[in-house]
Amino acid sequence: MRLLTHNMQACNIKGVTNGFPFRVEAEEVMEKQVDFNADFLRNLFPKIEWKALVEASRAMGYHELPDEADSSLLDSDDFLQKFHRALPQLHLEEGAFVCPETGRKFPTALIKCI
Amino acid sequence: MSSRPELQAPPEIFYDDVEAHKYTSSSRIIEIQAKISERALELLNLPNDGVPRLLLDIGCGSGLSGETLSENGHQWIGLDISQSMLNVALEREVEGDLLLGDMGQGLGLRPGVIDGAISISAVQWLCNADKSSHEPRLRLKAFFGSLYKCLSRGARAVLQVYPENLAQRELILGTAMRAGFAGGVVVDYPHSTKNRKEYLVLTCGPSSLSTSVPIGKGEDGESYSDDDSSGDDEEDQTVSISDRHRPRKKQKTKKGKGRAWLLKKKEQMRRKGNVVPPDTKYTGRKRKARF
Ligand SMILES: C[S@@+](CC[C@H](N)C(=O)[O-])C[C@H]1O[C@@H](n2cnc3c(N)ncnc32)[C@H](O)[C@@H]1O
Repeated sequence: MRLLTHNMQACNIKGVTNGFPFRVEAEEVMEKQVDFNADFLRNLFPKIEWKALVEASRAMGYHELPDEADSSLLDSDDFLQKFHRALPQLHLEEGAFVCPETGRKFPTALIKCI
Repeated sequence: MSSRPELQAPPEIFYDDVEAHKYTSSSRIIEIQAKISERALELLNLPNDGVPRLLLDIGCGSGLSGETLSENGHQWIGLDISQSMLNVALEREVEGDLLLGDMGQGLGLRPGVIDGAISISAVQWLCNADKSSHEPRLRLKAFFGSLYKCLSRGARAVLQVYPENLAQRELILGTAMRAGFAGGVVVDYPHSTKNRKEYLVLTCGPSSLSTSVPIGKGEDGESYSDDDSSGDDEEDQTVSISDRHRPRKKQKTKKGKGRAWLLKKKEQMRRKGNVVPPDTKYTGRKRKARF
């Protein structure tokens, strides 16, 4: 499960009003090679909830992302490389997503959302 | 071909380990899934700039359709209700992330984040009430409502469907329109029983030039026409298909609101100016899960 997906998901259980973001409990993390594409990252950036991404990536042991980011950083190659590693490359192989409201745990690699 | 899988069991039961493995061991199924997925991706009409997009595959199953998305350079998230199908996808190490869930309960994604969605032969499953708590209308509404929300403005969803009959087609399309989508149905090879495929091509946001529905392939009936169907018009064609596959079984009327209530309700909705499917002999009909 990638942080890309983590960042888009909100807990869908009936009655949950604030199901974003899932807290990440990481047991095994892997990095998988994905072709770097700056335009993909630039398109994606405005849709990303930055704080959630930073927290989740730190829970997975990746500490390269700055606390805050705005679109001016998208011209920096260094930033884009770090963003790239965090988003499509970092995989949560074993662990769980935890609903921030109910505390319910969803085990990965398959995130069960029912 | 015996009967529609949708009438045999709920999807999470029908798509068990055996059925799931059929999916990736039959070259015929692989080829069909790949072909439909290619066409769905084409109908998504993504900007032709070589930039990967974040796409959704609804009813992603074993990941055959997702593979087409990967091959075209896109990132994707897949949702499916069948653990067995997803296990096959995991075994095959598909590139998309997999979510186990029921589209009938809504998609659980943040608003406006997805660049496009495809779905191959899955949405018609929502027309069945597999549990007593299932109300197809509400499940379709939850699905299309959440799909509309998670797509970015102007993004498309292309859903290839096998509706059982006219009423189902209208129910699906009508629900999509009420969720805010613009668009319609594209039928490829309408005159061929074998190759006929229909796609709901839906655009998120106010209608514009880009929401006009493209033309289906082989609509002139030349390239793929089956020998025996040349005289039929499209409607006849549809009816004869569903007749061929629908088992003739008795309909048990379930207690509940019933047809009369439904007709009255539909009339009310019509007066409010809502788009309501016409009343047919299928209106208010209940099917039972067969197990
Ligand atoms: C014809 S298969 C499509 C297979 C897939 N495109 C592939 O490449 O393997 C239809 C899929 O829709 C899924 N499905 C049916 N109803 C569903 C629901 N309510 N929510 C999510 N998936 C569903 C089934 O589990 C099945 O995997």
